[in-house]
Amino acid sequence: MLIAVLSGFILALSLVITGKWIKGKGAPLVGLFPLALFGYFVSFFPAIMKGESLTFTYEWIPSLGVNLSFHLDGLSLLFCLLITGIGALVFFYTAPYLKEHIYLDRFFGYLSMFMGSMLGLVLSDNIITLFVFWELTSISSFFLIGFNNESEESRRSAMMALSMTGIGGLFLLASMIVLGTVGGSYEISTLLGSADMIKEHENYLWIIGLLFIGAFTKSAQFPFHFWLPDAMKAPTPVSTYLHSATMVKAGIYLLARFTPMLGETVYWNGTLIIIGSITMVYAAIHAVFRLDLKGILAYSTISALGILVFLIGLGTDQALLAAAVFILVHALYKATLFLITGIIDHETGTRDVSKLSGLNKVMLPVGIAGILAAISNAGIPPSFGFVGKDLIYEATLGFETLIWVLSGVALLTNICLMYAGFQAGIKPFTGQLPKAYEKVHLPSPLMWVPPLLLGSLGMVFGLMPFLIDKSLIQAVVNAMIRGGALDVELKLWHGFNLVLLLSGITLAAGFLLYYFLKPSALLEAKTNRWEKLSPKSLTKGLGGIFSGISKLWTGFFQNGYLRYYLIFALTFLTFILAYKLFKETELYINFNDLTGITFYEVAAMVIIAFAVLFTVLTKSRLAAVASLGVVGYSICLVFLFYSAPDLAMTQFSIDTLTVILFVLVIYNLPKYLKLSNQISRVRDGIMSVIFGALISILTLEVLNEPVLKETSQFYAENAYTLAKGKNVVNVILVDFRGTDTFVEITVLAIAALGVYSLLKLQLKSTEKE
Amino acid sequence: MELLLVFIIGLLYGAGVYMILRRSLVKLIIGLILMGNGANLLIFLLGRIVKGNPPLINSDANILGEIYADPIPQALILTAIVISFGLQSFAIILVKRAYKVVGTDDLDEMNATDEDL
Amino acid sequence: MNTVIFKSASTYLLPLLLLFSVFILLRGHYLPGGGFVGGLIASIAFIIHSAANGLEQTRSILKFHPGVLLLAGLTVALFSGISPMFIGEPFMKGLWFENPVPVIGMIGSALFFDIGVYLVVVGVTLTIIFTITETI
Repeated sequence: MLIAVLSGFILALSLVITGKWIKGKGAPLVGLFPLALFGYFVSFFPAIMKGESLTFTYEWIPSLGVNLSFHLDGLSLLFCLLITGIGALVFFYTAPYLKEHIYLDRFFGYLSMFMGSMLGLVLSDNIITLFVFWELTSISSFFLIGFNNESEESRRSAMMALSMTGIGGLFLLASMIVLGTVGGSYEISTLLGSADMIKEHENYLWIIGLLFIGAFTKSAQFPFHFWLPDAMKAPTPVSTYLHSATMVKAGIYLLARFTPMLGETVYWNGTLIIIGSITMVYAAIHAVFRLDLKGILAYSTISALGILVFLIGLGTDQALLAAAVFILVHALYKATLFLITGIIDHETGTRDVSKLSGLNKVMLPVGIAGILAAISNAGIPPSFGFVGKDLIYEATLGFETLIWVLSGVALLTNICLMYAGFQAGIKPFTGQLPKAYEKVHLPSPLMWVPPLLLGSLGMVFGLMPFLIDKSLIQAVVNAMIRGGALDVELKLWHGFNLVLLLSGITLAAGFLLYYFLKPSALLEAKTNRWEKLSPKSLTKGLGGIFSGISKLWTGFFQNGYLRYYLIFALTFLTFILAYKLFKETELYINFNDLTGITFYEVAAMVIIAFAVLFTVLTKSRLAAVASLGVVGYSICLVFLFYSAPDLAMTQFSIDTLTVILFVLVIYNLPKYLKLSNQISRVRDGIMSVIFGALISILTLEVLNEPVLKETSQFYAENAYTLAKGKNVVNVILVDFRGTDTFVEITVLAIAALGVYSLLKLQLKSTEKE
Repeated sequence: MELLLVFIIGLLYGAGVYMILRRSLVKLIIGLILMGNGANLLIFLLGRIVKGNPPLINSDANILGEIYADPIPQALILTAIVISFGLQSFAIILVKRAYKVVGTDDLDEMNATDEDL
Repeated sequence: MNTVIFKSASTYLLPLLLLFSVFILLRGHYLPGGGFVGGLIASIAFIIHSAANGLEQTRSILKFHPGVLLLAGLTVALFSGISPMFIGEPFMKGLWFENPVPVIGMIGSALFFDIGVYLVVVGVTLTIIFTITETI
């Protein structure tokens, strides 16, 4: 299982080597890899069918409770199959779609990285690992949206998507940490056991609030939805894969996964119903007025995600069943529509729905796929979409309160969605074929077979729901219900009842709308007028203010003058030191503890003091270096006075070397110039006096604290017995702390190499001149 | 005696700060060296100073006597001295090279990053 | 500084100082001294020689680029660190020969480590100083 999850990353890495081959002949074969994974996950069917679930655990950071534990139940399996199945088709589709693109290998790399992260996300049992994979999907999605990295707009959309989902991810992390602390475990399977306790905990609202922000940003719920239409700048395979079938459903997955643990409270259900219904209606209406095929699909995707959130919010067994079915329904038809959009765009060069018609004359199989998808989307019997929509109405009608409001909202959404689906799936293929497109031809089968396959599946599952109801859907639903043991049976025909009536109204209204409302630029412009008030513009405005402030802030602190950086840092340090020292400590000097003074020591100190002052004040560089040497030698004397012969020797030789070094270099440097003015000198002088004084006071304070001699004691007692040395300092260096010393000499070696290369480089550049 | 050392440490730090706030690169390095010396003395002093008892085990004994200078700060400072030599030489060369390329050792004229170095 | 006295003195000083530096290195385990100081003294010896006789002279005495010393030193130190691992002991565990050798005392992996340090310090210092002298 670990290998299955990581294989995406491994493949992405291996492209570094095999990239050339992949770009050329190997491209159509890459799809075999997700296909193999699909087969692997299908092999779990029998176990899942029996209602079992499988757990795989690998330790990762045991000290933090972070494990790579994977849990496969119905819900994860459904997502795994979608990820690998649609993944495989998208991989195949990409090969001709981006044929001979120079970065095709990279594209496959990002895609498989994404697939790996997505699998990890839906399989993780550990909530921290879940977060890690969650962020990985955001990152790989960033690369995929910004794949056309030469277009500024696509870079901007990528940034927007990354910041929205990335920030959401941070909220998710916060939520997970609170959840882990409250529940006492980071494993979902363990946390499920303490669901009641979590729900009554005072931090419960924090957990779900933060979780919601994470899920809503990822799944493009109002008011965070606006990154998704922008993300359509990505190549179509990406939009298909990430922004309709899998990644945006990660938020849905999250909500579904935590429903048995955190659900069934007023806050949980209420929030989800409200946000879900706003999103589904808002986005569905938007979808009606779009002209760009991808724009239509983007908004209808948002709307569909809204429906899912809404259904999870309803939270009844019926609603959860509807959600489970609708996830599959939506993935099938929306991926199909996206794929045919890609084909249309690829072959005709436009995605403007008002210009497209009659294409079935030139690309019939694509047209069939489109019509199948549109049927399933509209919920016309006998498609799988019909089953799905019936379940949605059943769920709203079966709810405790507000039945008519909820059903009305669902009805309105479904009508708009049906219209949008017709626009995308039927409109381009019916009617007159414009002259301009007469020479359009059918693309490679690798491109049109995937949508046709997905479109037909929507029909197959509709006609034969028994294929998946007991085997998959039942397990999915039961994973969402606490202690769930629901028996699922899907049927196409329910008899004449209210549900059928609602379905009928939907279809009739949808057809009427499609007949009367023709897409036009005028209408789109009218809806765009409201753009100023949309969350997107508000966020952008807010972002503008933020970046303005940060510019001022950065300009003030990071002004490019080293000494101002230093002044800021030192002033801050001075203030906290001073505050701490004067607030909490009393200054006293214990004269009994002091060692005596001899004439030599005083002399050495006086020499140091004068040499330091001379170094600072002299106007000659050579004099400064010389007096610096005097300081060093006098310090060497200090070491000698106080029982540190090793230090004295080292200080002596190093000081000699430093002076030699300085003298060698300084000839080539300019004379000291009087660069700073009087005021800054006085200011710096005051600062340094205060800083020096504070350090002195601090030292005095520390001297009053008792010394812990335990470690020294250990070395003193064991230097000879364990390491056979009598110079304890040397024993520490070469034996007890030998590893540190080894690192140190490595650093020295690096410094020498640095010097060497700096000077040699310089030689080269002067040679050039 | 500690009091004198405390004063010297403060002096070294103060002088170091003053020097690194100058605009000349050479002064910056001198400032760093001064502060480094100050830090070494600070660590040395905080390990408490002892006269005439270096951390050497007598030839006829197996462990250190009752009173001895703390070997740990000494080992630390020894390392620090050598490392700071590496740092200083690197910094000095950097200054030299910067001076050659930019033609000034005035830090204020080294603000631009876009120049072809 | 091109005086005759300095020149001829440096010729004798070099071997003397080198000998002294090795002495300092070897006694480091028992008395003040050790790889760091020893290495520094050795490099000062070479620098004095080069100041009196010119860099080329010193180079010809040294025979190879000081960078080699750097590498050799790191290798020796690393090897003394991992040598205990060959007999199943942890990294950096001290190993000792049974009997002390006259003058040097006990010989063990720590001694080799110190020799490595010595070589690295000489290598580093000479690389830096030589490169600078060369490019000025």
